[in-house]
Amino acid sequence: MLQRLFPLTIVLALAGFATAPFLIGAAPYESTMGLVQKIFYFHVPSALMMFAGAFTAGIAGARYLFTGAPRADRLSAAASELTVLFGLIVLVTGPLWARKAWGVWWDWDARLTSSLLVWLMFTACLIVRRYGGPGAGKLAAGVALFGAANVPFVYLSVNYWRTLHPKTTVVPSLGPGMREPFWFCLAAFLMLFLTLLAVRTRVGELEALADDLALERDVVREH
Amino acid sequence: MRKLTIPLRRLACLLLAAGCLAASPAVTPVAALQPQAAQDEYVPLSEIPPGEQLPAQPLLFAAYGFVWVAVLVYVWLLWRRLGAVQRDLETLRHAPRE
Repeated sequence: MLQRLFPLTIVLALAGFATAPFLIGAAPYESTMGLVQKIFYFHVPSALMMFAGAFTAGIAGARYLFTGAPRADRLSAAASELTVLFGLIVLVTGPLWARKAWGVWWDWDARLTSSLLVWLMFTACLIVRRYGGPGAGKLAAGVALFGAANVPFVYLSVNYWRTLHPKTTVVPSLGPGMREPFWFCLAAFLMLFLTLLAVRTRVGELEALADDLALERDVVREH
Repeated sequence: MRKLTIPLRRLACLLLAAGCLAASPAVTPVAALQPQAAQDEYVPLSEIPPGEQLPAQPLLFAAYGFVWVAVLVYVWLLWRRLGAVQRDLETLRHAPRE
């Protein structure tokens, strides 16, 4: 289904990313942080795509573990890669905002540390897939499942622990002028996520096909 | 199973160094735990010398620039990988069967 929607998602993603800077530029300045608050419009959607990637990788990983479906394994691999990509964006744009807002690049508080841990878990998934040898897919699926289980803790960490990071109530309380660019950027990031997920899953399918063809040829050659 | 390659060894060293850095703030100097002196006056932002103000614009541009660069690099890597696998498939489909 993702691949059938690919032409639509790519057009919407490109249109969204071309329009977003104008909407962000026109959005009002936040009263205490000023200009640097505008990092929020790309930082938060990236974080939500990181969560979406982690959930997709975890659910597909669980399906692969229990049913052995190769399609679920390829989807889990693709989503793990996207979790690392969007997580990297979150972990770079966040400190750039924090330097101005908090006066420090990094603070070992609950939200930042748990986000880093989720990112490291999905990076571990990719390393296991690349270097783990036979059976690495199942191991990576297990790691992805635990990585996904951490996501609710990351999301709620700002509400339950004392942290410098803004709480989850910021997004629902956005005022007019800030609300529209935020939801627009979120839609653009969602389209980008779906497009990349469709392409990356397709690459995985073609690689599996090439492996099958090569194996078939080797078998024919041996007989 | 493959042996550890040089890039993997480098990555392991980097992760070890990151772990050591993460552990280091556990030893906090006593002076840092002391409460800061109470502020006795407010200074308007306009009175702070330009050298002491932290401009937001470079940080904002760096953040947006990084997002674009990260996405474009990933798309380029995906494009290369797709090209390579399509070439492999063409080669396998057209190679004569022995």
